Amino acid sequence: MIEIEGLKKSFGKKVVLRDVNLKVAKGESLVVIGGSGTGKSVLLKCVLGLVRPDGGKIRIDGKPVDGAEREAFLARFGMLFQGGALFDSMTVWQNVGFRLLRGSTRRPKDEARAIALDKLRRVGLGPEVADLYPAELSGGMQKRVGLARAIATDPAVIFFDEPTTGLDPIMAGVINDLIRSIVTEMGATAITITHDMISVRAIADKVAMLHEGRVHWHGTVAEMDTTDDPYVDQFIHGRAKGPITALR
Amino acid sequence: MIGRFFATIGRFVLDGLAGAGSIALFALNILSHLVRPPFYWREFLQSVLQIGWLSLPVVGLTAVFTGAALALQIYAGGARFSAESVVPSIVAIGMTRELGPVLGGLMVAARVASSIAAEIGTMKVTEQVDALVTLSTDPTKYLAVPRVLAAVVSVPFLVGIGDIIGIMGGWLVGTERLGFNSATYLKNTWAYLEFWDVGSGLVKGAVFGFVIAVMGCYYGMNSDRGAQGVGRATKTAVVAASVLILATNYLLTEVFFSS
Ligand SMILES: Nc1ncnc2c1ncn2[C@@H]1O[C@H](COP(=O)(O)OP(=O)(O)OP(=O)(O)O)[C@@H](O)[C@H]1O
Ligand SMILES: [Mg+2]
Repeated sequence: MIEIEGLKKSFGKKVVLRDVNLKVAKGESLVVIGGSGTGKSVLLKCVLGLVRPDGGKIRIDGKPVDGAEREAFLARFGMLFQGGALFDSMTVWQNVGFRLLRGSTRRPKDEARAIALDKLRRVGLGPEVADLYPAELSGGMQKRVGLARAIATDPAVIFFDEPTTGLDPIMAGVINDLIRSIVTEMGATAITITHDMISVRAIADKVAMLHEGRVHWHGTVAEMDTTDDPYVDQFIHGRAKGPITALR
Repeated sequence: MIGRFFATIGRFVLDGLAGAGSIALFALNILSHLVRPPFYWREFLQSVLQIGWLSLPVVGLTAVFTGAALALQIYAGGARFSAESVVPSIVAIGMTRELGPVLGGLMVAARVASSIAAEIGTMKVTEQVDALVTLSTDPTKYLAVPRVLAAVVSVPFLVGIGDIIGIMGGWLVGTERLGFNSATYLKNTWAYLEFWDVGSGLVKGAVFGFVIAVMGCYYGMNSDRGAQGVGRATKTAVVAASVLILATNYLLTEVFFSS
């Protein structure tokens, strides 16, 4: 379980997260939506300790994450970065198998490669890409390699930052199904950031909408469709007119 | 007006001290990782190849021309006291104690501090460093420690090779241009060369290697965002490494040879 309480973060004078409160239950799939630049990626990085929050508490399974706790948490964790963040000095399969080739999760090389190829297959990439370098792939392929790397060791907690951005609709559907099955079959806890309403419906148990540094709205997908909150309504229907100003 | 002037200077000094402090902490952190497993052997060996082996041409060329020029200068200077015969031993001492380590160190700084800073800086701005953390890998341990250790091992080796090539450069000019007898030149080179002449240069090389890799890693890890940030990190790493090499060279020379 992940609990975020009163989280604050500013960059210089710019306040990004004002006061974020959020709970994600074990085995639950939360989707975070919100306008571009509202701090969704920053929120995930705060939970991971990659960005140091200015205030607030973050607890995982009831314990604050620092020092040894954080290491233990990261050991059963996976993350897909918005930009892929693949290691460009390594081939695709070595990226996917990064964890399987090192540290406590280390396996023999053949086994690591076999697992990497299997994960690549699950994101719709064949063995022919395994020995290419990330720079030789298209943007959407890089994204999927990043996804394969995130799930390589079957983590218990997974964060996906815009998993379907840059993919064609069919591939996006495959990835949505994959994320959903990771949550339902393996019982993983997932936080997904997306702008894609089809993804939201396919992936989410719960939806949280970030606006002006706060969780403006929080509920199930069914509640999202029936809510009379004008902000949520404008966002999910993609209307230019409404309380959220698109142009300033 | 004057107030603002002093405020600017004050801020400059404070920023400088803060920077020096955080570099020192970074270096200590790297040292502390040396005694804590795991150690990334593959990355270490790759770095040895990058830093040591691939720097050989540039260090060798620097050394041969330096040794050759040194022989000419010492011959011209020695002629004023009719002491031309000192050429072999002074070339050897000058190369091994000072010019081998310092010029070799500066060339490696230009080549290696820049490439380390650019590589790690790019990894930082494309979130690869963050990705390492999420894959349970300490970026300092994985990126910085192997490179620093590789530089500490490789640069003395480069300096040693540079010493030999530099002395050969002097020998070439001595025999071809200055009319020395080849056997006599080599005999005089060996006759007056002491172990510590070479040893002190190698120790300097190890220290310079540490300086070069730490500067490359530090500025890379702290690179600002974007291509401009990486460019700035690269430039700063090379300048800082070069200046620190010259400064530590003076300090080490003071410690080793002033009695
Ligand atoms: N390291 C940083 N330094 C300074 N500002 C930052 C940094 N990281 C993020 N920001 C700022 O924080 C704000 C939120 O960024 P974030 O990446 O979280 O947006 P986002 O909600 O993920 O947007 P998008 O949907 O476009 O990815 C942005 O305005 C960005 O400029
Ligand atoms: Mg984002």
